[in-house]
Amino acid sequence: MTQTIGTQQLLHAQGLRAAYVGGREPVMACDDVSVNVFDGEVVGIAGESGCGKSTLAAVLSLTARSPLQVVGGVLEIGGKRIDLEGGEPPPRAWRGKIVSLLPQGAMNSISPTLRVRDLVFDVIRAHEPKVKRAEALDRARQRLVALDLPPRVLDQYPHQLSGGMKQRVVTVISTLLDPTLLIADEPTSALDVSSQKMLIEMLQRLVQEKIIGGVIFVTHDLPVLRSIADRIAIMYAGRIVEVSDTEELIDRPRHPYSGALLRSVLVPEPHIRTRRVPGIPGSPPSLSDPPKGCRFHPRCGYAMDICKTDEPPHVGDNERFSACWWTQRNPGKAVEV
Amino acid sequence: MTETTPLLEMRNVSRVFGRGENALRAVDDVSCTIGRREVVTIVGESGSGKTTLARLILRLLDPTSGSIMLDGRDIAGIKGKDLRAYWREVQAVFQDPFSSFNQFFTVRRLLRRSATLRGGNANSEKEMIDALQHVGMDGAEVLEKWPHQLSGGQRQRVMIARALMLRPRILVADEATSMLDASLRVNILNVLSDLRENYDLTILFITHDIGQACYVSDRVLVMRNGQLVESGPTEQVIFSPQHEYTQKLLADVPRLHEGLLD
Repeated sequence: MTQTIGTQQLLHAQGLRAAYVGGREPVMACDDVSVNVFDGEVVGIAGESGCGKSTLAAVLSLTARSPLQVVGGVLEIGGKRIDLEGGEPPPRAWRGKIVSLLPQGAMNSISPTLRVRDLVFDVIRAHEPKVKRAEALDRARQRLVALDLPPRVLDQYPHQLSGGMKQRVVTVISTLLDPTLLIADEPTSALDVSSQKMLIEMLQRLVQEKIIGGVIFVTHDLPVLRSIADRIAIMYAGRIVEVSDTEELIDRPRHPYSGALLRSVLVPEPHIRTRRVPGIPGSPPSLSDPPKGCRFHPRCGYAMDICKTDEPPHVGDNERFSACWWTQRNPGKAVEV
Repeated sequence: MTETTPLLEMRNVSRVFGRGENALRAVDDVSCTIGRREVVTIVGESGSGKTTLARLILRLLDPTSGSIMLDGRDIAGIKGKDLRAYWREVQAVFQDPFSSFNQFFTVRRLLRRSATLRGGNANSEKEMIDALQHVGMDGAEVLEKWPHQLSGGQRQRVMIARALMLRPRILVADEATSMLDASLRVNILNVLSDLRENYDLTILFITHDIGQACYVSDRVLVMRNGQLVESGPTEQVIFSPQHEYTQKLLADVPRLHEGLLD
């Protein structure tokens, strides 16, 4: 990608565990997940519905709310450390300034009865109680102009904006306070391709101009990640099964699940028309009772006996690994795509 | 497609919402034909009129002008018995598999209602199981389930089974796969293409996802602001688009093996 990635670690999340409680058994939607993000880096997180990627986004953005409970893990963001196990709430001032969430449904993020400027003022005032209204709006106006958006949106109501514009306005608002880390949870999923492209370009500019330090981009759409992420992490049943550099992961995936996911992507490229795409057999496991051993083994074409009994090893380091017995026994090899 | 009359034909179909200054031509003078056993995809961005066109074909809306013909017979103005007969021939699967179910009905009850509509009888149980098997589900087991026990992909397959029970000649799938995961999406699209082979079915597929259009369809129609701007065989429209709008739309689609912004 075009931006340069620093060596400084922006986010270091270790052993995150979060569960939905209230049912008969807690559902561990995020089970021992570790992620690192470096300065200027965009890390993509992909997986099927129900794999825990949005739960991870909620934990990382400190917006986990009942019935979701964070039960373990350590979070280090921009040199500040927080132990999630003790159950102590994260400092409120972190939200929006240290980590900020860019939610999925921009339609539901702005109150339909308020003009955009009222929300902007509320957001800034929450962090700087003494700020003057005019000054806050000036800052927002400058930011809009810098990103080539019309400043008149401040005076408009949400229903006057198109879906793509709403999502871009919400992006501007969630990055107004120059957050160290932006957690984008499926920001492009509801948009058509042209608006998708504009949002991606905007996020890249925000990173390049160092308005935001780094981005975690959660989506189920691998082609979108291909155009924005520096590294991609693939999640399955509450765990990260493979992390790798974008090109490497897409061209030479090492985990069978990454391969299966990539095989089922439909893009308008000539090879799509000439063969039958198989999809992935079966369905994802229930997170309240995941399979023993490797969680993917019942659906995996590469499964061996050991996969049914023993948890797979992490092959590689923290930034690039594949959690798979097959990878361990076939070092350097890629699965079929 | 050796027949002389196409299965479905639209001639100068328009639909206007509102009037006077606020008039919106959601579908604007669209003419096209769909042949027997063809899979035709309509693509276009949000608001281009794709769904309105589908609703016109389903007779859920009436055209403001123009005519829609099935087997050369105009369907505008048909009522009562004839309309119900038309709905047996043209069936639909909609976008949201979560809101198209009655939460208080089991799959059995849902499918039985369709069977009754066709004049079902003692054989309906077997027909229901058969229809579910056609979409790759274990019939006997799924019949007993409630909607909340099914995943999104399973629900959508039940909806396709429901449509099939009426033995339609045309299936209109309006964004039927948009809310599903990539892996499930492929399964549903495979089910649809198999049905074309086994059930002698014609499919009108509506999507904004050009990748899916590319995978399933024989022909692609591109809509913009209610108008048909380009149509032709899939290879031609997607790999060598003629219209400026199609070219722009295709340029914005993220690819897996070549960067969007490179």
